[in-house]
Amino acid sequence: MSLAALFRHRDAALALIVAALILAIGLRAPVFVTPESLIGVLTDTSFLFMLTLAQMAVILTRGIDLSVAANLALTGMIAALVSRAMPGLPVAGIIALAVALGAALGALNGAFIAFVGIPPIVVTLGTLSIYRGAIFLIAGGAWLTSKDMNPAFLAFPKSTLLGAPILIVIAALVSLFFWALLNHSRIGRGLYAVGGNPVAARYCGIDLRVQQFLVYTLAGAVSGLCGYLWVSRYGIAYTDIAQGYELTIIAACVIGGVSIAGGVGSVQGALLGALFLGVVVNALPVINVSPFWQMLISGAVILGAVVINARSERRSGKLILRGSRRPAGNGARA
Amino acid sequence: MTSETCGACALPLHSGPPPSSDPTSSGHLLPPSAGEGALAASLFFEISIDMAVDASTQVTETSGLSAPILTLTGVSKRFPGVRALHNVNLNLRAGEVTALIGENGAGKSTLVKILTGIYQPDEGEIVVSGAPFICTGPRDAWAAGIAAIHQETVMFDELSVAENIFMGHMPLGAGGRIDWAAMRSRTAELLKRLEADFDANTLLKRLSVAQKHLVEIARALSHDARIIIMDEPTSALSAREIGDLFAIIAQLKRRNCAILFISHKFDEIFHVADRWTCLRDGEEVGHGAIADVAQADLVRLMVGRSIEQVYPKRDVKPGPVVLEAEDLANASEFDGVSFQLRAGQIIGLYGLVGAGRSEAMQGLFGLSPLTRGRVKIDGREAHIRSPADAIRAGLAYVPEDRQIQGVVLPFGIRANMTLASLKAHARDGFLSLAKELQTTKKFGGRLAVKAANWEQKLGELSGGNQQKVVIGKWLASGPRILILDEPTKGIDIGSKAAVHEFMGELASEGIAIILVSSELPEIMGLADEIMVMHEGRVVQRFARGQASAEMIVSAAIANEDAEAPCAGESGEALP
Repeated sequence: MSLAALFRHRDAALALIVAALILAIGLRAPVFVTPESLIGVLTDTSFLFMLTLAQMAVILTRGIDLSVAANLALTGMIAALVSRAMPGLPVAGIIALAVALGAALGALNGAFIAFVGIPPIVVTLGTLSIYRGAIFLIAGGAWLTSKDMNPAFLAFPKSTLLGAPILIVIAALVSLFFWALLNHSRIGRGLYAVGGNPVAARYCGIDLRVQQFLVYTLAGAVSGLCGYLWVSRYGIAYTDIAQGYELTIIAACVIGGVSIAGGVGSVQGALLGALFLGVVVNALPVINVSPFWQMLISGAVILGAVVINARSERRSGKLILRGSRRPAGNGARA
Repeated sequence: MTSETCGACALPLHSGPPPSSDPTSSGHLLPPSAGEGALAASLFFEISIDMAVDASTQVTETSGLSAPILTLTGVSKRFPGVRALHNVNLNLRAGEVTALIGENGAGKSTLVKILTGIYQPDEGEIVVSGAPFICTGPRDAWAAGIAAIHQETVMFDELSVAENIFMGHMPLGAGGRIDWAAMRSRTAELLKRLEADFDANTLLKRLSVAQKHLVEIARALSHDARIIIMDEPTSALSAREIGDLFAIIAQLKRRNCAILFISHKFDEIFHVADRWTCLRDGEEVGHGAIADVAQADLVRLMVGRSIEQVYPKRDVKPGPVVLEAEDLANASEFDGVSFQLRAGQIIGLYGLVGAGRSEAMQGLFGLSPLTRGRVKIDGREAHIRSPADAIRAGLAYVPEDRQIQGVVLPFGIRANMTLASLKAHARDGFLSLAKELQTTKKFGGRLAVKAANWEQKLGELSGGNQQKVVIGKWLASGPRILILDEPTKGIDIGSKAAVHEFMGELASEGIAIILVSSELPEIMGLADEIMVMHEGRVVQRFARGQASAEMIVSAAIANEDAEAPCAGESGEALP
C-alpha cells in the first residue's frame, strides 16, 4: 500500500501518527514509554474518550453541543454538594444521580433544539452560560475541595477493576456502548441518516426531532457521568472546572475524521482523535515543550486533518469504467 | 427547418377550424405524423373550441419588421446521455414579444441558461445586434443587453430596492466609494419610468412578488437591456398583478425591447405575444406569428411526437380496492383530490410543473398536513400523520428529486437499501447485518444495480444506479401501494425501459401504483387510468386508451375552467 493510499485510509494514518509521536518522545524521554506512564496517559484521557464519542453522536446529526463541559462542571458540583449533605449515600447512588442530572440538562438542550427549532449552536451557547452561572449560585461561589468530600466519594476513581484503573474500564464500557449504538442499532443508523440527508431520512419515516432529542440527552448523560468522575478524581469542584474543554472535545472529533457537515464519523476515528490530543497534552511537557507549543501543534493538526478529509472526499469519483474497482475496504485504486 | 419538411405539412396554421391547406401561411409547422395528427386535431377542436382565443383582439400583424436583434442559428447542447437542445433557431425582434412554448423538459430552461451565460452551447451561433455573442457568464449577458427575470426572484431580501438594482454595478465615486446619491437618483428615475409605487430605499422583503418583478425589470433597464427574458413570470402573481405585468410589457415594447416570454398559460401567451416558437424534445418544431395560429395547433405541436413507443403494461386483472382517497386538500397547494386505486392497477397523474401533483402525494404520504379529506386503506380509515404512519400502512413514495429526497450519499448501498425498513431488519433495536445483506442482494440483484460491492458509497454510483437503489429501498419496505414521482426523470433510455418493465412486473404482483409523470408516452403507455391535475385540482380523468395526447395536454392547461376569474373570456359565452 502506497503512502498516498494509506493517507486515504485516515484511521490507519492517524494511528501511525500517534504511534510515531509516542516513539519519538520515547527516544527523548524513555520514561514516557513505560507501561505505567502509558496507562497514566490513557487514564488522563478517559474523560476525553467518553466526551468525544458523545459529541460525535451530536455532530453526526449536523448539530453541536457547546454545553457539555459546563454540564460536567454543574453536575460535578451538585454531586459533591449532595455527597456532603448525605454522607451515607453510596457511590452507585451518586453516579446514578449525576447521570440522571446530566441527562436532564442535555434533554433541556434537546427540547429547545428539536421541539422549539432553535439552532443547536445558539441553544448550547445559551445553556453553557446558564449552567456555569448556576454552579456559582448553588455553591454560593464557594470551592469544594477534598476536605468537603467523603472518602468513598474520592476513592472510586482511583480504584481498579481486574488490575485496570476504573476510569479506563468505564471509558471502555462507554466506547462499547457507542460502538453498539452507532454501528448496530436502529437509533444509530437513524443518527447517521438524519445527518447524511435529513430530507431523505424524513421520507423514510425517521423523525429528526426524535433523533435530536435523544442525542442531546445522551450527550448530557455522558457529561453527567464525567462530572462526578472529574470532581472526585481531582478532589475539587468550583465554577470554572473544565472551562473551555468543549473546544478540546470538538477538536478531537475533527482530528478523528468526524465531519462537521454531519453524517460521517466512526467510533475508532473519534477515539484515535482523542488519543492523539491526550498524547500531545501529556507527553509534550515530559520533553519540556511549552503549553503554547502544544496549542500550536493541536491547531496545526486540526487544520491538517481537515485538509486530508477534504482531499479524500475529492478523490472519490464515480464508477464509470467497466471493471474498475474501488472496494470500500482499503480505498486503494488498482 | 427546411422547405422540404414544410411542404409535407398537412396542417397549416390558422385560427379557425377546420384546417385547410393554405400555402400562404406565414408560420412553419411540423406536425407529428400527418394523418393521425389531423384526426386528433379535429377531435381536439370539438372539446376546446371555447378555449380558442379570438385572434382579432391581437395587436398588429408584425410581418416584415426590422432585422432581429437576437438570432440563434443551429444551437445544440448535450449533457451526458441527454440531448437538451438540437439545432435550434430563434429570432427575437425589437418591440416584439416572442412566446417560447413547449412541454416540461422540452429544452426551454436550457435555452434560457444559454442566453444568460450559465451554459455554453456545443454548436451553433448566437448573434446579438449584429455581433457574435460569446457568453461565459452573467456579466457577458449584461454587456450584450440580455437580462432574465425568473419565476422565483433571485434577489437580496435584506437590501434596499436601489442596492438590488445596482448589485454588481454600483455607481462609484471618488476613491472607489459607492456613490449612494447617484444610485438613489438613478433608481428613482427607473422606478418612475416603470410607474412603481415604492421608493428606492424600501427593503426588498417588504415588496409583493409583482413588485419584485418590477425591481428585476428595473435592474434589467439599468443595464440598458434590450432583450428581456421572462421565465414563467406570472406563476406567483394574482390576476390583478398579471394585468400590471402586462402593462409593463407593453411599455417595454414601446421602448423597443425584445421580450422572450415563457409560459404554460395559453391565455397569457395569446394576450401578450406577437410571435411564437415551439420546442419539443430539444428541437424547434415551429414558429410564426400569434395572429396566424390557434391554440389547438400549438398544443398539437407541443405534444406531437409519435405515440408509437408504447410502453409494456402487462394485462393485470385489477384486484380489490386497496386505497381510497377522498377529497384530500391542504391549505394552499391542492384541493378535492379523490381517487380509488386497486391492487395491480396503475394510476397515472399528469399535469404541468406546479400543478400540485407531488404536493398532493406528499400530503397523502404524511409529509405535509392535510386540512381535509380521508384516506382509506382496505376499506378502513387510515390516519396518516407522518411518513412513518404511511410506511406502516403499506405505502411507499419514491420521490422526484433523487439527490435531495432519495439517497444518503455518505451511506453505502446496503445502508441506503434498508433505511425505509430498519424495523424489519432489527431485533430488539439491534440491526442484523445478515438480514440487511440478504435484502440488499435481493433487490440490488432484481434491479440490476451496477456496483463494485454492496458497501460502495452512493456518491460513487451513476444517476441511474442511484435511482435503482432508491426504488429498491422502497420495495424493501414491502409496500402494497407504491407512489412513483417522475421515476424516469433524468435517466438514460436504457434505464427508463428497465424501470417501465419493472413497474409492469410489480403491478402483476398485485402492487397498486400511482405514477406521477410529465412524460406523456409514459403515462399513456403504462397507466390504466389517467388523472390530470391543473392548479391543484383534478380536472379530468381518462380510462386507458380513451384520450389522445392532445386531450390530456389540453386538460392540463385548462385555462378556462368554470371558476376562472375573468368571466368575460369564459367559454360559456361562446357557442
